[in-house]
Amino acid sequence: MPLWSELWPAIRLTLELSATTTLVLLVVGTPIAWWLARSRARWKEAVAAVVALPLVLPPTVLGFYLLLFLGPFGPGGAVAPLFGLRTFAFTFFGLLFGSVLFSMPFVVQPIRNAFEAFGNRPLEVAATLRASPWDTFWSVAVPLARPGFLTGAVLGFAHTVGEFGVVLMLGGNIPGRTRTLSVAIFDYVNTLRWSEAHWIAGGMVVFSFVVILTMFVLEKRIGRLRGG
Amino acid sequence: MSGAEEAIVARYTGNVGAFHLDVAFTAPMHGLTALFGASGSGKTTILRCIAGLQRLPGRLSVGGSVWQDDATRTFRRTHERPIGYVFQEASLFAHLSVRDNLRYGQQRARNAGTREIISESDVVSFLGLDRLMDRAPANLSGGERQRVAIGRALLSQPQLLLMDEPLAALDLNSKDEILPYLETLHERLSIPMLYVSHDMSEVQRLADSIVLLERGKVAASGPLQEVLTDVNLPSARRPDASAMLDAEVGSFDTRYSLTQVNVAGATLMVPGRIGDPGTIRRVRIAAADVSLAATRPSETTITNVLAARIVEVRPLDDAQVNVVLLLGHEGDGARLLARVTRRSLELLGLTQGQLVYAQVKAVSMLRRRGGGATPPPKVQPPASRGWLP
Repeated sequence: MPLWSELWPAIRLTLELSATTTLVLLVVGTPIAWWLARSRARWKEAVAAVVALPLVLPPTVLGFYLLLFLGPFGPGGAVAPLFGLRTFAFTFFGLLFGSVLFSMPFVVQPIRNAFEAFGNRPLEVAATLRASPWDTFWSVAVPLARPGFLTGAVLGFAHTVGEFGVVLMLGGNIPGRTRTLSVAIFDYVNTLRWSEAHWIAGGMVVFSFVVILTMFVLEKRIGRLRGG
Repeated sequence: MSGAEEAIVARYTGNVGAFHLDVAFTAPMHGLTALFGASGSGKTTILRCIAGLQRLPGRLSVGGSVWQDDATRTFRRTHERPIGYVFQEASLFAHLSVRDNLRYGQQRARNAGTREIISESDVVSFLGLDRLMDRAPANLSGGERQRVAIGRALLSQPQLLLMDEPLAALDLNSKDEILPYLETLHERLSIPMLYVSHDMSEVQRLADSIVLLERGKVAASGPLQEVLTDVNLPSARRPDASAMLDAEVGSFDTRYSLTQVNVAGATLMVPGRIGDPGTIRRVRIAAADVSLAATRPSETTITNVLAARIVEVRPLDDAQVNVVLLLGHEGDGARLLARVTRRSLELLGLTQGQLVYAQVKAVSMLRRRGGGATPPPKVQPPASRGWLP
C-alpha cells in the first residue's frame, strides 16, 4: 500500500469526525429521544418530523443551508470571531455540526423506540421503590434501552462515515482538514486514480460488514443475557 | 374507627376520562383492607392515587402524615411515599437478576435513612427465594416472579403495602402457591395492607376490613364481618353470601375425630384435627348452609345447632329472605347470616328479637391467623376445609 501516507489523513479525519459526532449525538439525542418517547405534547410529532427531516432531505440542500448558516455572513459567522475564525464553514467544527444534524435521526429513532418499548411500568415500579426520576432514568431506563443505544451509536457512526453531500457542500475538499474518505473516493475517481478508489471503497465494504455483524452479535448476546 | 393518627384517610373526587370517581373512606393502620368491586369500579385508580402514580383532586393522610392535600398544595411524589406496591403483573426489572431486583428498593430505602425492619435473609427464607437469587426474571415462572415482586416491595421497608390484584394474572396453581404467603405475610407484618380484588373468595380469606366499591363510589366500608353480613348491601344478595367468624381452636375429640372451635357466642364442631388449641382460625359459614328452627331440634344429623337471636329480616326475592342472627341465647355473639324461604319464615312465625336455633350444615376453615407462638413454615399447604354434614 504505497499510498498509506496519503490515505491516512482522510481515514483519521473520518474516524475522528464519526466518533465525535456519535458522542455528541448520544449526549444530545438521548434527552430528545426521551422527550419524544414520554411527552404527551400535541406538537411532539412535529419535533419528531424535524429530527427525521434529514432522512428525506437531499444532503446537498442541508449542506447548502448549513453553508449559509455557518458562513461568514450567517449567524455562525457572527460567533466565529469569538473562536478566532472568520467562518465555521470549511472547518472541523462545521463538519461536526452538519454531521450531527444529518445523522440525528439514525441515533434518536432507535433510542426513542427502545424507550417506548418498555412502557411506563418499569418507571412506575422504580418510583414505588423510592427511586427519584433522575435515578430511575439511569438505573432502569438506560439499561433497559441498551439495545437501542447500541443500534443508534452504530448507525450514527456508520452513517457519518458515509456522509458525502453535506461534507462536500460544507467542508469542501481540504486534505487533512475536511477531506473525508467518501469525498476522497469521489476525488480519486474524478482524477482517474482507480487503484486508490478501489482501496478505499473495498476497505469501507469490509468496515461496514464488520460493524453490522458486531451489532447483530452484541444484540443477540444482550437478548440471551436477559433470557429472552 | 380510631383517630386519623391510626388510620388511612382517603378522599378523591375527579374524572379519569369518562369515568367519575368520588370516594371517601377510612382504613385502619393494621391488618389487610380489601378494596373490593367489579372491574370498572375504580379500585385500581384509588390504589394508584394512594401510591401517587396518578393524581386526582382530594386528600390523603396515612397514620397522621399528610401525603396529599390540595388545600395546602401538598403532594408527595411516589418515590417520596414509604410504600410498597405489588402490581398485577410482577413487573420485575428485566435487566437485573432476582438478587438485584430485591436489593433495588432496599438500597434506596437505606440511602434515604429508613430504619431496616425487614432483612433480606428474612424475605428470602420467608418467600423461599434462595434458589432463585442468581436467575434472570425471564427464567422464572409466574408464581416465582410474583414472589420476587412481593419480596422486592417488602425490602423497600414500606409503611404501607399496596397490592393490585397480585393473583389475577396467575393461573390456578400459581394462585394456590402465592395465597399461603399472603396469609402468612398478613400475620407477620405489622404494617397495614391495601389489597385490590374482584374475587370474593380471596377477600374472605385475607381481609380484615373491606371497602366496597361500585361505579366509582363507596357502597360500604368497615370490618369484614360486619360488611359481609349487612343485608342492605348487594354482597349479601350474592348466592355465596357468607359470614366470616374468627374462631379459637379448642380440644380435639379423638373418639369422633372432631375439633371443637369457639366463636363468640357459640361452640362449633368441625371434622379433623384443625390445629393446636389456642390458635385462631377464620371460619366461613355460607348463608345457604344455615337453616332455622323455632325450637331446639332433638333428632337431627346436624352437629352444629346454635342458639341465636334474630336481628334483622330482609327479603331477597319473592321466595327467599336473608336473616341476620347474633349467636348466643342473649344475642351477644358473632353475626351469622341465614338464607331461608319466606314460606318457612311465615309458617314458623319468626320475627325480630326471637330466639331461634341455627342449624349449620357446613363450616369452612379459611386460614390460620395469629395466636400461634411458632413461626409459620416456609411453604404452607393451602388452607384445609372441613365439611361437616
